[in-house]
Amino acid sequence: MKTTILQKPASFYDDFVLKGGTQTHNTHYCPGCGHGILHKLIAEALSDFNIQDRTVLISPVGCSVFAYYYFDVGNIQSAHGRAPAVATGYKRANPDSIMISYQGDGDLAAIGANEILQAANRGEQMTVFFVNNAIYGMTGGQMAPTTLIGQKSTTTPRGRTSQNEGFPLRMSEIIATLEAPVYVERVMLTDAKNIARTRKAVRKALKIQIDKKGFSFVEVLSACPTGWKMTPVNSKKWITDVLAKHFEPGVKKDESEDREPVITLHPQPHFDEFHELLDIKSLTDKIRGVKVPEVKPLADEIKIAGFGGQGILSMGYALANIAMGHRYQVSWLPSYGPEMRGGTANCSVKISDRRIASPLVDDPTVLVAMNKPSLKRFEQDVQPGGIILYDSGLIDTPPERTDLTVIGIPATDEADKLGSTKAANMIMLGAYAKLRGYLSEAYVCKALPMIIKNTMFRELNEQAFKRGMELVQ
Amino acid sequence: MSKVLIKGNEAVIRGALLAGCKNFFGYPITPASEIAEAAAYYFPLLGGTFLQAESEIGAINMVYGAASFSTRCMTASSSPGISLKMEGISYLAGAELPCVIIDVMRGGPGLGNIAPEQSDYNQIVKGGGHGNYRLITLAPNSAQEMCDLTMLAFELSDKYRNPAVVLADGIIGQMMEPVEFPEPVQVIPERPWAVRGTQDSHNLICSIQLDPDLLEKHNLHLQAKYAKMAKDEIRFEAIRCDDAEHIFIGYGIVSRILHSVVETLRAEGIKAGLFRPITLFPFPTPQFDAFAKDPKIKSLFVCELSAGQMVDDVRLAVNGKKPVNLHTRMGGNVPTVKEIVDKFKESR
Repeated sequence: MKTTILQKPASFYDDFVLKGGTQTHNTHYCPGCGHGILHKLIAEALSDFNIQDRTVLISPVGCSVFAYYYFDVGNIQSAHGRAPAVATGYKRANPDSIMISYQGDGDLAAIGANEILQAANRGEQMTVFFVNNAIYGMTGGQMAPTTLIGQKSTTTPRGRTSQNEGFPLRMSEIIATLEAPVYVERVMLTDAKNIARTRKAVRKALKIQIDKKGFSFVEVLSACPTGWKMTPVNSKKWITDVLAKHFEPGVKKDESEDREPVITLHPQPHFDEFHELLDIKSLTDKIRGVKVPEVKPLADEIKIAGFGGQGILSMGYALANIAMGHRYQVSWLPSYGPEMRGGTANCSVKISDRRIASPLVDDPTVLVAMNKPSLKRFEQDVQPGGIILYDSGLIDTPPERTDLTVIGIPATDEADKLGSTKAANMIMLGAYAKLRGYLSEAYVCKALPMIIKNTMFRELNEQAFKRGMELVQ
Repeated sequence: MSKVLIKGNEAVIRGALLAGCKNFFGYPITPASEIAEAAAYYFPLLGGTFLQAESEIGAINMVYGAASFSTRCMTASSSPGISLKMEGISYLAGAELPCVIIDVMRGGPGLGNIAPEQSDYNQIVKGGGHGNYRLITLAPNSAQEMCDLTMLAFELSDKYRNPAVVLADGIIGQMMEPVEFPEPVQVIPERPWAVRGTQDSHNLICSIQLDPDLLEKHNLHLQAKYAKMAKDEIRFEAIRCDDAEHIFIGYGIVSRILHSVVETLRAEGIKAGLFRPITLFPFPTPQFDAFAKDPKIKSLFVCELSAGQMVDDVRLAVNGKKPVNLHTRMGGNVPTVKEIVDKFKESR
């Protein structure tokens, strides 16, 4: 006759030292509780599949918060309901691990309902064991999202009603409606036959993850004699007679035969390639052979303003980039926050030979106004002795100020003549460059195509810039 | 000199990847969304992973999961999103998990608006979640520092096994400035405590201690760690403080404006200086103590984009020995140089 020696699975610790106290061979679970049985079925499977040394188990909040006392694997204890998110993060960082999210009904179906739904929907490569005992055990018998109608708990002292608390959630059925999950089954820890079924489900769910096929979910109807105030024997009978009537056991979804392994590869480039891949090769490195003039004392505070779509921000960006290429300190700040209203756009550019303190432009030395409202808004802010460049084709009333230089540039009209209204901003840039005299034309022409990436306007931008310079003659 | 003109928010992701960050989990929110967008584009290129989480809560807990393994990981958000993350941040601090959190602050309370504010100071520097914990808090004031302090955040976070926050504001995130990017970090410190899921790392990451004595012991250990940070990690910038009679104090975008204020006042012959905390935790208390004892110094002037949150720490540090004036703006408004100069003159 063949003899089977019953022993503790190797995936359990020999002694439950973390548990503390003297009873280091017992679990902390109550007599008749299902957790111990499920723990054992999982631990046996981990040993039999030889995956103990790559398994990471999430201990949730609830009675199984101390699952890490028992499982001799990698253990992470997580916040209430967040186990599927924690498991997702871990698994993304370590795709070769076997990830088990072990959760109770409050954790999974109430406070963490979103996390489980989203992890299931992404088809995370993890195995979820969902212990449904229709009550909050750890906190002392309060209502769970799976508490039955009429069932009494400390927070439903007269029994749960659908009017006040809604209906018990059937999580397996919900998860099974999603495309991504591979396998969803509800089992129950009642008699030998059903424990054997649970054992089979546990193994199947883990095998799916070992084969990298995706997300599997096993709901386990489990007794809580303490919370239910029943004897262990009556508790098991109650599962069969009452709980299983609402939460019907069975396979809710199984596509394990049809699924292919999902393997995500992460190519790892060499460190030498990082700067290239991160697009942080500087403009000065790219532009060779164009000498820029000596840096001279400069403190330009430029406000560029107009309608959205006039290339206001990109004119400022191009100017700041070019000035940086000329070894000046620069900053560029887009209209942002409360300023962004009514389709107008503006940006502030500072260009200086010295470190730039505030990047905000309160009183510009140069105003580039591309429409009437912008001129109206900023005209009075310009510093005496400053410059106002305005689009004289779009603005029929010129600036009133007499204590500064006012130059009308028909930028939009000239851009139209060149072939596109969109080049008006580059005409203004040319006008600014000519007026201020510190930028190299050759450098600008070489840099512009690298700064404004749209190849459609490559030649046009250069022409427009040159046209702008001519207009200030 | 080899510089790139780049937005602060985008410099964060370049810095993170150069620091060896491998996993990014985030949720979109203005004005921090460029960070997640840049992460989505660049993380996969450099062998990392990006995941847009279902929620801020999901994102911070994914960070908790990834941080339990031995890679560098991060998330980014803005004020209301950070409030949602607070539970997870408390768990990260309790379990002593290194990670980097970027907070590009916006206007509050509630939905507020998307304009710059600095009203997350208390929730980041003083806690925000439950329990006695501290977050290493770095306050950049330029695009360059958005890169540099993100990299430093990873380093300090690993050094102390503690979450580190880069506390920026909307303007610092949105502004473009030249940034010089360093070479990539090639060696990440060993993490013997990590749960790698191998035979030699059957470790445990948790923040639960049922025994009051053990939990108190853990708290004392954390407090000792924070005390060590306060001793070794204070960073600040002082501009023209040596002979100053009036010290202007601000961080982030405000410190840039105050720099202009100081230059303006100096031009008028007023001996003004700028003191800018770079670490908000640990707070540069010893430096303020020195100001308090310095007979030259007549007043301190704090400016914040909040109702006045950092000013509490300044007042505690100078302990009533010097007058501390305060000018604040809220709702996304940013003070002009002239406004602050006028307020300062009124306060004299």
